Amino acid sequence: MRYLSYLEAESIHILREVVAQCRLPVMLYSVGKDSSVMLHLAQKAFAPGPIPFALLHVDTGWKFREMIAFRDETARRLGLNLLVHTNEEGRRAGVNPFDSGSSHYTQVMKTEALKQALGAHGFDAAFGGARRDEEVSRAKERIFSFRTASQEWDPKNQRPEFWQAYNGRVKAGESIRVFPLSNWTELDIWAYIQQEEIPIVPLYFAQDHQVVERDGSLIVVHDERMRLAPGEVPQTRRLRFRSLGCYPLTGAMPSDATSIAEIIAEMQAVRTSERGGRLIDRDEASSMEKKKREGYF
Amino acid sequence: MEPDLLRFITCGSVDDGKSTLIGRLLHETRLILDDQAATLARDSRRHGTTGDEVDYALLVDGLQAEREQGITIDVAYRFITTPRRRFIVADTPGHEQYTRNMATGASTADLAILLVDARHGLVTQTRRHSLIVSLLGIRQIVLAVNKIDLVGFDPAVFERIVAEYAQFSAGLGFDAVTAIPLSARYGDNVVARSVRTPWYVGLALLEHLETVQPASQVAQPFRMPVQLVSRPDSEFRGYSGTVAAGGVRVGERVAATAGSSAVARILVAGVEAEAAETGQAVTIALVEPLDISRGDVLTADNAPLERSDQFQARLVWVDARPLSAGRTYWFQIGTALVPGSVTRIRHRIAVNTQEKVSATELAMNDIAVVNVSLQSPVAFAPFAENRMLGGFIIIDRETNATAAAGMIEFALTRAANLTWQPTVIDKAARARLKQQTPVVVWFTGLSGAGKSAIANLVEQKLYARGLHSTLLDGDNVRHGLNRDLGFTPADRVENIRRVAEVATLFLDAGLIVLCCFISPYRAERQMARELVGDGEFIEVFVDTPVEECRRRDVKGLYAKADAGLIRNFTGVSAPYEAPEQPELVLHTSTASADALADQVVARLLGGG
Repeated sequence: MRYLSYLEAESIHILREVVAQCRLPVMLYSVGKDSSVMLHLAQKAFAPGPIPFALLHVDTGWKFREMIAFRDETARRLGLNLLVHTNEEGRRAGVNPFDSGSSHYTQVMKTEALKQALGAHGFDAAFGGARRDEEVSRAKERIFSFRTASQEWDPKNQRPEFWQAYNGRVKAGESIRVFPLSNWTELDIWAYIQQEEIPIVPLYFAQDHQVVERDGSLIVVHDERMRLAPGEVPQTRRLRFRSLGCYPLTGAMPSDATSIAEIIAEMQAVRTSERGGRLIDRDEASSMEKKKREGYF
Repeated sequence: MEPDLLRFITCGSVDDGKSTLIGRLLHETRLILDDQAATLARDSRRHGTTGDEVDYALLVDGLQAEREQGITIDVAYRFITTPRRRFIVADTPGHEQYTRNMATGASTADLAILLVDARHGLVTQTRRHSLIVSLLGIRQIVLAVNKIDLVGFDPAVFERIVAEYAQFSAGLGFDAVTAIPLSARYGDNVVARSVRTPWYVGLALLEHLETVQPASQVAQPFRMPVQLVSRPDSEFRGYSGTVAAGGVRVGERVAATAGSSAVARILVAGVEAEAAETGQAVTIALVEPLDISRGDVLTADNAPLERSDQFQARLVWVDARPLSAGRTYWFQIGTALVPGSVTRIRHRIAVNTQEKVSATELAMNDIAVVNVSLQSPVAFAPFAENRMLGGFIIIDRETNATAAAGMIEFALTRAANLTWQPTVIDKAARARLKQQTPVVVWFTGLSGAGKSAIANLVEQKLYARGLHSTLLDGDNVRHGLNRDLGFTPADRVENIRRVAEVATLFLDAGLIVLCCFISPYRAERQMARELVGDGEFIEVFVDTPVEECRRRDVKGLYAKADAGLIRNFTGVSAPYEAPEQPELVLHTSTASADALADQVVARLLGGG
């Protein structure tokens, strides 16, 4: 079997298994390219019927405008049941990426927000678009990843997982995080977006942006909330995003790629990893594992 | 054309160079990106165990606990792309306490790379990993004889390890074992053939991985476990699932227990199609709707699956709570979820030695052969035929933990459904037709005593007289009927019990049954005598001193046993209890085999 078909079939099998086994699943929808692929796979898995679960977007309030517009347009176009959740407590307390430090900000506005939303709705399974090629601790995670009632991950004691026989059984309060894209690589995602003509946020294509360079990352001056350090002067550069998150914490890369084919060509030559542009991943050693243990996706 | 995919695992003892090999493969395929290389260099200084050099283990040992302890706890997945193929690599832990995680990685792999340090040859972990890999259904092995540079690229060392492994792995059911001498550290034979091993004529490791093809599968009929029923509106009712075997076309008839129907529509990954094949995620609509739900299996109409509620299966127990025989668990087989229990632990397999050991409970990481009883029957195929239809998991009903991986060997007949069927033609009638008196002749004695040689002569002499006989030989029976048995005391007992049962059947057929078995214990020979019936059982003690057997050593077994290569070898490391009152004693040191055979025939004819 050819590899994209293999990955597609494996993901659809996983999506169906969750719907068959779990009481109330939800799909985490982050608006990025991986979420777009996961959503497309969900459409295919349940065709000709509708997607039999809601989508949840955790909105920190610091996403790119283009992401929010794309999200709402996609929900309209596909008739999705889209839930949007923001940690209002955190927002009222003024938690933001500039003053709070990226680590605390992520904890409050992403991890806590996610746990609030999952808990409030009583979801017993949540799909995430994480891939094993992204990061070393993700390379270790099961496809069905068990979470305790406090939504924590115990990496030293994961449920063994055999063949395609997934165990989605949980007790009240416990849940399963499910990763249908576990075995996809970044390039597979692009190849599949090309093959299936899946819509993505325009920020993935090269455009002129106003940017400043911080800690080796190119940060876009996206709106009036952006704070400039003394002496920082935004410059116009032709850039695209390889991965999308909160704008003050997401680095762009110089690029002229304006089509999927050009992005793929660029990806085949690139010598840095995908999450290199994400400031939150550099916080400390094993930072992803630590965040994941606490409930981050 | 899109490349295809191969999933493999790397395994082997901790110091055999597993991580270095993965690091080398990633390095040579340019898959360690610049920022990852920088992180690796930084981590190596902080956590590394390789001095000033880059510690490639840190590429795969991604958990904090693993870095701190310098060991691999859980399986890590890496992705390798070459112009010819895509690879999903599962790097698996070597320690026995993490067998469950190794099995997790092995369960989805097509091939295993088993690393061996050329200086040390096969070690306990090599054997354990081979057993697990075989158990989980991997049929392709690469025996990577690593650190060949440290033995001076000596072909003799390589050949010796290859021969030793061939002998060891003969019973593990592998389709192919490809041995490659390599140096992961220096790259010899990793991606290209090395000039330093001119004597090696095979492919480099990566070339092999890029070109190896799985053994051609026998074409199987269509099978699809139903994951869910799709009913978006009153117009459409479809059955969704992943095709586990065979293929199906629109218009063909398919069946489930509820009946059969022609296929009206097929969606492959949501797209209308004329046909579907193995591995695809499909939705099938039927012309006449059937009462089918999750857990049913759609099959080709003319080739239904076997259904049963009683199995013999192999288990890898993976839960901290030990297995209690008789306790009710969930059994998830295909998409079916059924309550059931393990009714009997037939034996545990000691993973390091492959010895069969009797057991009353199973602890985490134990491997065993068990009997399973389900509360309702399920459709299945033996695991050796199909992983999806023959592999199952056991789920603890209290904790929901995945407690075991199971592999169905075959269905057991339910004893309660059996009644004794009287036959009109009996033993006496059959014997009259043959004009002979049926009898069981039981030859016992040490390995190499001459049992088979004498029995063969006896049979020739009987044949010449027009008498009907058959010969059950210890070695031969272990190739077939008793291939699942080892040489532990418990297995020796079971071996003899089965042989005695078979001898009784032949006796009923009116034959003279010659049985050649070491049968070292008095108790089991007594058991055979009782099963057969005292009057029709002739015990023949082939009395050859152990020194003489060792001197002859026709099969070379004494040499191996003396070298410690065979455990439980009768006369060397296991006892032989000579018969106290045999019907006949044959002293092989004072008479020829032919003369001794005449003695046996005389006894049979005289007694008859």
